[in-house]
Amino acid sequence: MNALASIDSEGSVALGEPVDVTIENVVKAFDDTPALHGVSLDVKAGELVALLGPSGSGKTTLLRILAGLDAPTAGRVLFGGEDALGLAVQDRNIGFVFQHYALFRHMTVFDNIAFGLTVRPRAQRPSKADIRRRVLGLIDLVQLNGLDKRYPTQLSGGQRQRVALARALAIEPRVLLLDEPFGALDAQVRKDLRRWLREIHDRTGHTTFFVTHDQEEALELADRVVVMSKGRIEQVGSADDIYDSPASPFVFGFIGESSLLPVTVADGAAVLDGVPTGLSAPGAAAGPATLGFRPHDVVLVEDDGPALRGRIIAERRHGARRRLELEVGREHHRAEIDVEVGAPRPEGGRIAFRPERWRIFPPR
Amino acid sequence: MARATAFAFRKPSVLPGFGLTLGFAVAYLSLIVLVPLAGLVVKTASMGWPEFWSLATDPRTLAALRLSFGASAAAAAMNAVFGLLVAWVLVRYEFPGKRIIDAMVDLPFALPTAVAGIALTAIYAPNGWIGRYAAEAGVKIAYTPIGIFIALVFIGLPFIVRTVQPVLEDMDREVEEMAATLGANRLQTVVRIVLPTLAPALLTGFALAFARAVGEYGSVIFIAGNIPYVSEIAPLLIVIRLTEFNYAAATAIATVMLALSFVILLAINLLQAWSRRRLGHD
Ligand SMILES: Nc1ncnc2c1ncn2[C@@H]1O[C@H](COP(=O)(O)OP(=O)(O)O)[C@@H](O)[C@H]1O
Ligand SMILES: [Mg+2]
Repeated sequence: MNALASIDSEGSVALGEPVDVTIENVVKAFDDTPALHGVSLDVKAGELVALLGPSGSGKTTLLRILAGLDAPTAGRVLFGGEDALGLAVQDRNIGFVFQHYALFRHMTVFDNIAFGLTVRPRAQRPSKADIRRRVLGLIDLVQLNGLDKRYPTQLSGGQRQRVALARALAIEPRVLLLDEPFGALDAQVRKDLRRWLREIHDRTGHTTFFVTHDQEEALELADRVVVMSKGRIEQVGSADDIYDSPASPFVFGFIGESSLLPVTVADGAAVLDGVPTGLSAPGAAAGPATLGFRPHDVVLVEDDGPALRGRIIAERRHGARRRLELEVGREHHRAEIDVEVGAPRPEGGRIAFRPERWRIFPPR
Repeated sequence: MARATAFAFRKPSVLPGFGLTLGFAVAYLSLIVLVPLAGLVVKTASMGWPEFWSLATDPRTLAALRLSFGASAAAAAMNAVFGLLVAWVLVRYEFPGKRIIDAMVDLPFALPTAVAGIALTAIYAPNGWIGRYAAEAGVKIAYTPIGIFIALVFIGLPFIVRTVQPVLEDMDREVEEMAATLGANRLQTVVRIVLPTLAPALLTGFALAFARAVGEYGSVIFIAGNIPYVSEIAPLLIVIRLTEFNYAAATAIATVMLALSFVILLAINLLQAWSRRRLGHD
């Protein structure tokens, strides 16, 4: 279990000193189409941050810029307060793990992990015996004992990704960059590796960027979650911040299940298509806004006061409850709510409801 | 059971059609390749060992065989280097006229070999475009083994380019990027990552180019000058023996060529199987 401790006692795995990473107004355009619109982020030494966002939101682009595989169009990147953009990929000392492993297929597990050490200039290259000790220590750390002579094609997906991680750790990186490392694996293996990665991070303490489009993975694993959308950072915060105080309709919609409705704020309350909803909007400026609520935070009400009203267009079983798909308001906005399985089906499918918790977001 | 395992082919598949396709492949190969070759061997066998040996070790025959196999190996090796370079440029870079160059690679395939031979001779002869300057520098290209080598390089190039190109296209850029993040410079990445990945395709291309060069006739005889002991290739010597109605000598040379080619190609094949296995193809 305490693999690293044993390596430490032999003095052979000196970890690269983890550094603060500062990203300042990084812009990246591919042939005029921007992939990052001025991203800024401060990450403390040893912190594990998750970059969470849908496909195409610019997560990989940001990682590649940090690694030096791409150059930003504008902006600065600092490692430990020093400019990193001036350094070539080879000199940045970062550990990168790709979603599809990118293992060297003609090399054994041992040679894959040793690669970064064996390509060092002679003066910095550890002795053969040192390399061997270090690689075997890493193999132990990633729990692949006995597989050092295998070729990558003789390993399962989860094992391959562990080789990729060990290979990245071997060069004593200052920063660890993981691009959807578990994206190609099945659910159970993902869960195991997630826990295992957290343990490794707690033991090795690298500054780590972990990219994922899986919110569960991000919320469970990371010290801080960075939610990205369309090349912008939408919100940075702990799992609780992100879940309980989403900063934008996008975050609210992306984290957990949600319904979003375009409303107007008038006299401190939300109005949908001219009909009062009875939902207060404390502190919100008058004018257009977005109302958000979660399907499970809804109660059915009598159809006589202010409420949201809709017509059922579909229903399906959803866990212990039943999910209704509704057309809400005069303009038939789509929304989803959960009701008890035994709830009577209303006359003509018309239904009135009220979120018990809701959020009002100002327009962008 | 014991019989079944003794005769088990490598991984008989659950997919139907294995027996049928194997049977067809064997029958087809026998008809097209084995029967004519068997005829050759039978003919040789009928002449008796001492006669065969004296014919095969005739100094002029030996000189021709040495030239044919030596020049072919040298040309295939040259093509392995520069064909790889051409494939690399075609796959990795965008430049104007790329499609045209890509199409040009196939020209040695398409051109009648005699045309290629005459064109090469015109260029490299002592009064030709290039031959003139070579002659000034004191180097004779046409009518020497150098000319043969150039003709064989010309006809062998497409084999290397066309076998390496698809593998290079399929190669994952992320693997090379990975090597860079681990601190490898470009040279280390090419030598330790790219070349081993390309090795099986390179060997295939080498074997094809080599085999083609050994059997090449049309493009070589014009530029070779065909001076016995100097620039006379084995296939030409066979033709010469045939025109002299010396069938025994022709057959003996052919049999030696056949045996040598088979051994060399088998060796390349084994080498290739070994490098493929290392890449995890099996
Ligand atoms: N090499 C490239 N050339 C052109 N556009 C690119 C390139 N790489 C990424 N993009 C574009 O940049 C945007 C962000 O991509 P990416 O960073 O890969 O997103 P993510 O990793 O979050 O899925 C996408 O719209 C994508 O099409
Ligand atoms: Mg990506």
